[in-house]
Amino acid sequence: MNEKVISCNALTKRFGDFTAVDSITFDVQKGEIFGFLGANGAGKTTAMRMLCGLSIPTSGEATIAGFNVYKETEKIKKSIGYMSQKFSLYDDLTVQENITFFAGIYGLSDKAIKENSAALLKQLGMVDQANKRVGSLPLGWKQKLAFSTAIIHQPEIVFLDEPTGGVDPVTRRQFWDLIYEASGNGITIFVTTHYMDEAEYCNRVSIMVDGRVEALDTPTNLKKQFKVATMDEVFYHLAREAKRGE
Amino acid sequence: MKQFLTFVRKEFLHVLRDKKTLFILFGMPIVQILIFGFALTNEVKNSQIVVVDYAKDMASQEIITKIEASRYFEITKSLAGSKELEAAFRTGKIKMAIVFPEGFNNQLLHQNKAQIQVIADASDPNNATTLTNYVSSIIGDYQAQLNENSPVPYQIKPEVKMLYNPQLKGAPNFVPGVMALVLMLVCVMMTAISIVKEKETGTMEILLVSPFKPIMVILSKAVPYLLLSMVNVVSILLLSVFVLDLPIAGNIFLLFAESTLFIITCLTLGIFISVKTDSQQTAMLISLLGMLLPTLLFSGFMFPIENMPIALQWFSNIVPSKWYYIIVKGIMIKGLGFSYVWKETLILFGITVFLLIISLKSFKIRL
Repeated sequence: MNEKVISCNALTKRFGDFTAVDSITFDVQKGEIFGFLGANGAGKTTAMRMLCGLSIPTSGEATIAGFNVYKETEKIKKSIGYMSQKFSLYDDLTVQENITFFAGIYGLSDKAIKENSAALLKQLGMVDQANKRVGSLPLGWKQKLAFSTAIIHQPEIVFLDEPTGGVDPVTRRQFWDLIYEASGNGITIFVTTHYMDEAEYCNRVSIMVDGRVEALDTPTNLKKQFKVATMDEVFYHLAREAKRGE
Repeated sequence: MKQFLTFVRKEFLHVLRDKKTLFILFGMPIVQILIFGFALTNEVKNSQIVVVDYAKDMASQEIITKIEASRYFEITKSLAGSKELEAAFRTGKIKMAIVFPEGFNNQLLHQNKAQIQVIADASDPNNATTLTNYVSSIIGDYQAQLNENSPVPYQIKPEVKMLYNPQLKGAPNFVPGVMALVLMLVCVMMTAISIVKEKETGTMEILLVSPFKPIMVILSKAVPYLLLSMVNVVSILLLSVFVLDLPIAGNIFLLFAESTLFIITCLTLGIFISVKTDSQQTAMLISLLGMLLPTLLFSGFMFPIENMPIALQWFSNIVPSKWYYIIVKGIMIKGLGFSYVWKETLILFGITVFLLIISLKSFKIRL
């Protein structure tokens, strides 16, 4: 369990004079649940876009699943999954059609699509819903389906961009069960969130302030370091120093 | 390739699931074809005409001078014989020809009556009727002038011939126009909306993170609309042949090839709009105002371009539908071959390539 799947070294992104991400350095281990926190405008999204191969860094080094973010973005894209807070499924397609489509664009064979989607539906307990339109499903189900779809091609890493936005606490809890399960299967989870209770569920948490990683450790150690009782207070302690507004 | 097919299949599902879209796609052309039968009257100014004067005598000269003096006509040239006439009409610029027979004056003086042949390009029936009416009344004027000082009444009879569309059906004019309009609407608006929708719902992000190439996203979006638009072309043509009794004079394959080119032009326009906008409403507004209106105004389908101020006439040249309209009219109604529409085709092709390049360029920047 000591294999680095994400490794950043002084990774920086500038837009003109503005340094959105300022020399961030960290490693993420295989199977780890890595919380990526920060106030709005702290540079989380830009950092994540670089790690996903969507945006080329200005300077610094990073490898994702062993691939270079400058030169091997195509290979990176094949090794990662991605889910955003919009759940990003097609409402007018059925559950099965959505799964088939996303598996299809990752180049899975027909056989693999069949097998994986059957397993996925069974795991989610959605076999009966397979031919229902996604638009008619409750939000919590959509969200779980979106997560499962994001990892249907069995990526090494899955990036979750505020995956639980707008979802009730019970559903959020159930969603985290899925995350733990995926992590148990060796998939690395890279998750951004604004919910501090979720930060507690992570193996390690990094907190970005004004483009820099200001803290990085396990939730327990972070609370000790700042001598506070909750992650909420840790976050508040760091984020109020921020100079950038929204 | 398999990924591409997966994507195209998904796009078809989107279209087929959405009842409203389906209605617009297939209902609109039918409705438009059926209701656009209304004749649009329009005043005609400075129409280009040619004169074939076999007589070259006093009477013919006087009538020509009168015609020339009116603000409705502009005599571009005098042709030596009727052989050149057909060629002149095929260029599409000449709207009418006036032919004076040999010995026109003599006939008039000795037999008290003579004939003038008036030939009009009736592929635009309203225009043709207006022009022939104007010319008849000018001739009538001249006749009245002669009769003032004469004991015997003189009679000059204009013999009117409508070229291309002898029954003066309204349909020839509007079928190509509706084709341009429908294709513009379906391809530009639908493509733009379907791409922008993916941005709005956030699925575009997922697609960009996937190994599926962005250019393929765009291409697979365009394929279903290309095919559906072809279906529309077929249905409009079927309607016009079987319901409006308007046969297709020219080569049907050429017509299809040209339509495909125009569909591609529209698709690239749609892609361009979608790259530049972020919400479905904006995309729709831009498509409607920016594309539909110019098509209505500047294709020459409703309002004759010749009557517009020079600046607007220039502007009309960048409206793709204008060129498509000219092409379809030429092939469908006049039965012209490719050798007569290659220039328009080339212009349309140029516009397409230009749009494709700028939209692909800006699409990359957006990533």
